Amino acid sequence: MALVEAAALTRAFGNRRAVDRIDLAIAGGECLALFGPNGAGKTTLLRLLAGLLRPTAGQARVDGVALPGGAAARAVVGLISHQTMLYPALTALENVEFAARLHGVPNATAAARGALGRLAIADRADTPVRALSRGMQQRVTVARALVHSPRVLLLDEPFTGLDDAGSSTLAETLAELAREGAALLLVTHDVREGLALATHVAVMRRGSIALHEPRIASGEPDAFVRRYREIVSA
Amino acid sequence: MSADLITGPTVVATEATTREEHRPIPPSLVTAAWLIARKDMVVELRTRTALLAALALSLLSIVIFNFAWDPTAVAALDLAPGLLWVIFTFSGLLGLHRAFGVEQADRAMDALLGAPIPRTAIYAGKALGNLALVLLVQLVSIPAALVVYNLEIARVILPLGGIALLAGIGLVAVGTLFGAMTTSTRASELLLPVLALPFFVPVVTAAAQATARLMGGRPVNETIGWLKLLAAYDIIFVVACAFAYTVIADE
Repeated sequence: MALVEAAALTRAFGNRRAVDRIDLAIAGGECLALFGPNGAGKTTLLRLLAGLLRPTAGQARVDGVALPGGAAARAVVGLISHQTMLYPALTALENVEFAARLHGVPNATAAARGALGRLAIADRADTPVRALSRGMQQRVTVARALVHSPRVLLLDEPFTGLDDAGSSTLAETLAELAREGAALLLVTHDVREGLALATHVAVMRRGSIALHEPRIASGEPDAFVRRYREIVSA
Repeated sequence: MSADLITGPTVVATEATTREEHRPIPPSLVTAAWLIARKDMVVELRTRTALLAALALSLLSIVIFNFAWDPTAVAALDLAPGLLWVIFTFSGLLGLHRAFGVEQADRAMDALLGAPIPRTAIYAGKALGNLALVLLVQLVSIPAALVVYNLEIARVILPLGGIALLAGIGLVAVGTLFGAMTTSTRASELLLPVLALPFFVPVVTAAAQATARLMGGRPVNETIGWLKLLAAYDIIFVVACAFAYTVIADE
């Protein structure tokens, strides 16, 4: 069964359709890498699937629950967006622990320490977030999103600000989550990172899905980049 | 072989039990509200942005008014009640604006809205945090006003505390909702007072009238009508604003 489903999902802002009749399905263990130029509607799609926006038309389901869906749908989703979604005055541990408690994770402190350890930032657990570099903050952001072991991960440019080591750690963590059965929707401009993780690939253009295919059909990154450029400039 | 047959199901059952035991159970409305309020209080105590600004505004206003009015023309007892409640209203606005502001800077609001908690818990948590700030400002400002204006109110301190609490709840109930509505707008600092102040009029009027009667040595039962008005206002606006927040949060 697909953990993420969308059927004719549409969201309009005034007369402009940011997301226009999108159909997609992501099963557990799959990672859909979503590419597209700025303003294509990728972030709006993620916010719809996270239950942060109401669709203008169409339907979406997460783990079988129709969105916006209330607490049941939100409990299984982990979201990483452009911003860190952290409190600069709190320490890394306090930020992740707060998220764990809001999700009702048992032994929230231990779970938060575990999530920070997974992102190789446990040694900075007691540092206020405002004192961390952008890359370190991004690791805390990812730890916050993973602390409740979500079955669905919605990732908007998760590699932002990360150095090579951080990118590798995150890529390994995401691959491990997919192997554990999570469904991943990865929005990124980094084609190589996206293709490396993806089981499926999609391209959004002007609110619609212009391409959706299994990763194996996308070929080498350079070839995919050429096709991508043709699609978005068409 | 037989050992495997015995061990196998036992291990599976244990793992299933462990998974069940570790399955996250989202917090109740009250627990979630307390978590949010406690987080806001910790953030405020570390940054001291709203608290120091509200205290400074409140104390400076008390001192400035002391020098600005002629005590031989208007007695302190006549002026202080209204003055105090106007000061509390404006100093409280600083905190009300800040409450949702801390969620906007790095879009932490998205994480709150994405958590499996009732929307009402976010409103209640923010309101609780705001109430703590308003009551703390009152706790410091009321004794300061008593000293500066040379007022004697030891015998009515408890009823006065009751008025402060009831009025504080009313101000915070409405102010928290408008804070949520205006925080992502470009002119939020201007919009919040413009929207909220008309709704504060009944609270400030009732609180000032009740305070004036208490300070003037009138019997406590003369304030009952104003206290009932404050209590009714609190009940209506806490319920209405909590419901309204669930609607605006989803939009």
